[in-house]
Amino acid sequence: MWHLVGSMPQTCPGPSSHLSLLSPAGRQDYDLLVIGGGSGGLACAKEAAQLGKKVAVVDYVEPSPRGTRWGLGGTCVNVGCIPKKLMHQAALLGGMIQDAPHYGWAVQPVLHDWRTMAEAVQNYVKSLNWGHRVQLQDRKVKYFNIKASFVNEHTVCGVAKDGKETLLSAEHIVIATGGRPKYPTHIEGALEYGITSDDIFWLKESPGKTLVVGASYVALECAGFLTGLGLDTTVMIRSIPLRGFDQQMSSLVTEYMASRGTRFLRGCTPSRVRRLPDGQLQVTWEDLTSGKEDTGTFNTVLWAVGRIPETRSLNLEKAGVNTNPNSQKILVDAQETTSVPHIYAIGDVAEGRPELTPTAIMAGKLLAQRLCGRSSDVMDYDNVPTTVFTPLEYGCVGLSEEEAVARHGEEHVEVYHAYYKPLEFTVAERDASQCYIKMVCLRKPPQLVLGLHFLGPNAGEVTQGFALGIKCGASYAQVMRTVGIHPTCAEEVAKLRISKRSGLDPTVTGC
Amino acid sequence: WTFVKELFSSLGIECNILELDQVDDGANVQEVLSEITNQRTVPNIFVNKVHMGGCDRTFQAHQSGLLQKLLQEDSAYDYDLIVIGGGSGGLACAQEAAILGKKVMVLDFVVPSPQGTSWGLGGTCVNVGCVPKKLMHQAALLGQALSDARKFGWEYHQQVKHNWETMTEAIQNHIGSLNWGYRLSLREKAVAYVNAYGEFVEHHKIKATNRKGQETYYTAAKFVLATGYCKRKLLVGASYVALECAGFLAGIGLDVTVMVRSILLRGFDQEMAEKVGSYMEQHGVKFLRKFIPVGSPGKLKVVAKSTEGPETIEEIYNTVLLAIGRDSCTRKIGLEKIGVRINERSGKIPVNDMEQTNVPYVYAVGDILEGKLELTPVAIQAGKLLARRLFAGRLEKCDYVNIPTTVFTPLEYGCCGLSEERAIEVHKKENLEVYHTLFWPLEWTVAGRDNNTCYAKIICNKSDNYRVIGFHVLGPNAGEITQGFAAAMKCGLTKQLLDDTVGIHPTCGEVFTTLEITKSSGLDITQKGC
Repeated sequence: MWHLVGSMPQTCPGPSSHLSLLSPAGRQDYDLLVIGGGSGGLACAKEAAQLGKKVAVVDYVEPSPRGTRWGLGGTCVNVGCIPKKLMHQAALLGGMIQDAPHYGWAVQPVLHDWRTMAEAVQNYVKSLNWGHRVQLQDRKVKYFNIKASFVNEHTVCGVAKDGKETLLSAEHIVIATGGRPKYPTHIEGALEYGITSDDIFWLKESPGKTLVVGASYVALECAGFLTGLGLDTTVMIRSIPLRGFDQQMSSLVTEYMASRGTRFLRGCTPSRVRRLPDGQLQVTWEDLTSGKEDTGTFNTVLWAVGRIPETRSLNLEKAGVNTNPNSQKILVDAQETTSVPHIYAIGDVAEGRPELTPTAIMAGKLLAQRLCGRSSDVMDYDNVPTTVFTPLEYGCVGLSEEEAVARHGEEHVEVYHAYYKPLEFTVAERDASQCYIKMVCLRKPPQLVLGLHFLGPNAGEVTQGFALGIKCGASYAQVMRTVGIHPTCAEEVAKLRISKRSGLDPTVTGC
Repeated sequence: WTFVKELFSSLGIECNILELDQVDDGANVQEVLSEITNQRTVPNIFVNKVHMGGCDRTFQAHQSGLLQKLLQEDSAYDYDLIVIGGGSGGLACAQEAAILGKKVMVLDFVVPSPQGTSWGLGGTCVNVGCVPKKLMHQAALLGQALSDARKFGWEYHQQVKHNWETMTEAIQNHIGSLNWGYRLSLREKAVAYVNAYGEFVEHHKIKATNRKGQETYYTAAKFVLATGYCKRKLLVGASYVALECAGFLAGIGLDVTVMVRSILLRGFDQEMAEKVGSYMEQHGVKFLRKFIPVGSPGKLKVVAKSTEGPETIEEIYNTVLLAIGRDSCTRKIGLEKIGVRINERSGKIPVNDMEQTNVPYVYAVGDILEGKLELTPVAIQAGKLLARRLFAGRLEKCDYVNIPTTVFTPLEYGCCGLSEERAIEVHKKENLEVYHTLFWPLEWTVAGRDNNTCYAKIICNKSDNYRVIGFHVLGPNAGEITQGFAAAMKCGLTKQLLDDTVGIHPTCGEVFTTLEITKSSGLDITQKGC
């Protein structure tokens, strides 16, 4: 019960109590209160505490409709990047086992055991939950496992699992509650029988034959590793995959997945889910082009149709914090300030921010530094690199080709590209038809690099350094003058010679 | 065939026709033609000593204008450029010059190693260097992946053994396809390729001797030497070649010992080098430090002597691989006849910053250069830029600074720029700030692999706005990580920019965007949690 050490927190005011007694102008319990113990919130809290502020974090995980719950650390640690990448790694290892005989390893075809993997992944995640608790304690950040809502603009009421209430006040409040997967509740059976990414990583048993509904990166990543683990997996997409990403890259991503066994139902939308007597789920969908209905049976239906911000239970109106009525996200300025000057929002809950862990962490740290008067730097949300961990990974930074053309006009954009074959694919006789790189540049010398798109193994590792190059204002010529590291996939970036405009064959041959 | 005759007569060109079925030694001629040109079919057409190909290629050349150009060439020399050596640098230079419209020949001949190993077109990198090395490294990594796989839920019960023959056959097939790819690529660009040993006989003239001992003479306006190495000495040694070989041999389950006289990876950052070595040691490679072999009295019985005391040891091995540095192929190619100076001790060729030797029309690129890095992409870059300077009036020189490289040891080591030692030498310790951290790749956590082994370090110049002058990373995929950072260093990367860049989560590369601890602070860099 270490969170009770120190002054005893007050209980929440009942409906009849006088809120005016909790004067916003009076002395507050904390210098900074962070609502939400995810990547952004924890980074902000730890930084502020290190700079000498009195800080508290309140965090509460509402169980998913399927009843899945988890510990401190937010989406990334528990139901996002970390378990996702580990299951992706499990799938990659399956591919390596298939490669191994080509490299002289006498290994027979093998089966995958979901339980072993899930237990290992879940144990690791639990160790991270514990690590976050310890870090908060080390830095003297007070932690409350309570669900928070605003009482007034300086006060928050938290309710614990047992119903016990705590009242906390603070000079500055940071909202970092993130978001949760959306259920398409208009579809019959969606809520009753479907799961989301909040559940998939915590399943004790294999999901079996799975239908993934959605075209987001979450949908494709989940479908990718499920296929890689040997499960029969289908993705149902209403319109286009990876909206917002470069569309040429997106289609290569799905093309590769299809070649590795993921089934795609394009232009389809589900209309109902029913449970059959044998426990299987019967899904009915409509083919939007033909208007015909079709059905299929699955063991699991995974909804990956988007996320909604966690703002509804915060009572934001009590504090006067404005949201976008459509997205329900909190409106912020460049300083991450909301409509109330001492209340801030960072991470996935803030309007117009990339939903990425490292941006939330950096934004949280910079915010803490500004609040403590250590710096006036604001977060730069341009040229944020990211990687989609589909079976063939897709790393990108800067503008997509479409966006570059839209901003600068087609005649001012030069795109250099190449299809290449990773050396490791050769001996393993793997198909490399989708291994592709393109660099989007301004056409006018010195041909500033606007965007880089890399599809291939280890795309995240490859993209990181080039993201720095783009940050440094790299030109095409500078990248070309960089000597390659041989033999790697990344060196192909430094050897992009063929422009799309030339119409020449961009296939790399030889060494 | 008659179409080709018609084409030439319509162009008013005289041609020599040798009808193979009408001469006595037609079969022999065909044999020789196929040896030289890799083409057995007729017609086999040569234009001004350049091999054209059959009917189709001749008509293609006519359409593209290449034929006319070849016909017009009547300079004093047979070729504009002869490249001696068919390695990465030589081929890059030859092809670039051909693209620029020059008449180019490549002379390539591989002297077999003392063990009788010889190889095809593409030089050290493709045949006995980077390419097979990385593939064997990959085989070793797959062995590690197999043991990780159990932790990730993949079930197999048998003990997995490695079969050397299967691996080498697959790798050699791939190399064979690369050799062939180079031949095609040369032919497409109309570069003449002669599989013969080149030797200068007088100024601008070279003698080519093929496998059968037949001699042919060629002349050219300019020459580029790119002969690389002809011998691989034997695993005694501590060069990157030694450590990479030891790494993958141990990785596929063999018992490996590395004998080292003094330090590991001379020329590289020594802190990194020691970490590379200790990781290898933890993963089963034995090291005999401060020993040198003094003889092998039995067949493969090695006697070694301590470099520090009177101690000697005796051990029996199945294979002894010497990797104590490499010799350049610059002797016996007649350089003395035309007065090209070489370093007598190393056999390397000194050049100016334009890759020019002391004989103005003779240039050199690649591993034979004195005082330059022995790396394939450097040779390629240098070769291309040289061709552009020679034939396209360009001025850009090869930048031998900030060259990234990666050592494919079991734990890969990627670096760019200066080692810590060199940085201190050049900039003085007080002007430097070194940021560093240990890290734990996410994939290793579930696999239960060593925490606090992977290491990241950057060296910044305080007096130059904390510019990053040295980049070092020890961990999986180090090569893939280092490449982009090298591009950023080319663009003036500073610590501030690293701090301002958002990481890609979860990767190893992102560790460089959150480096906080300086070496001078002496703070603990071991990792706990995420």
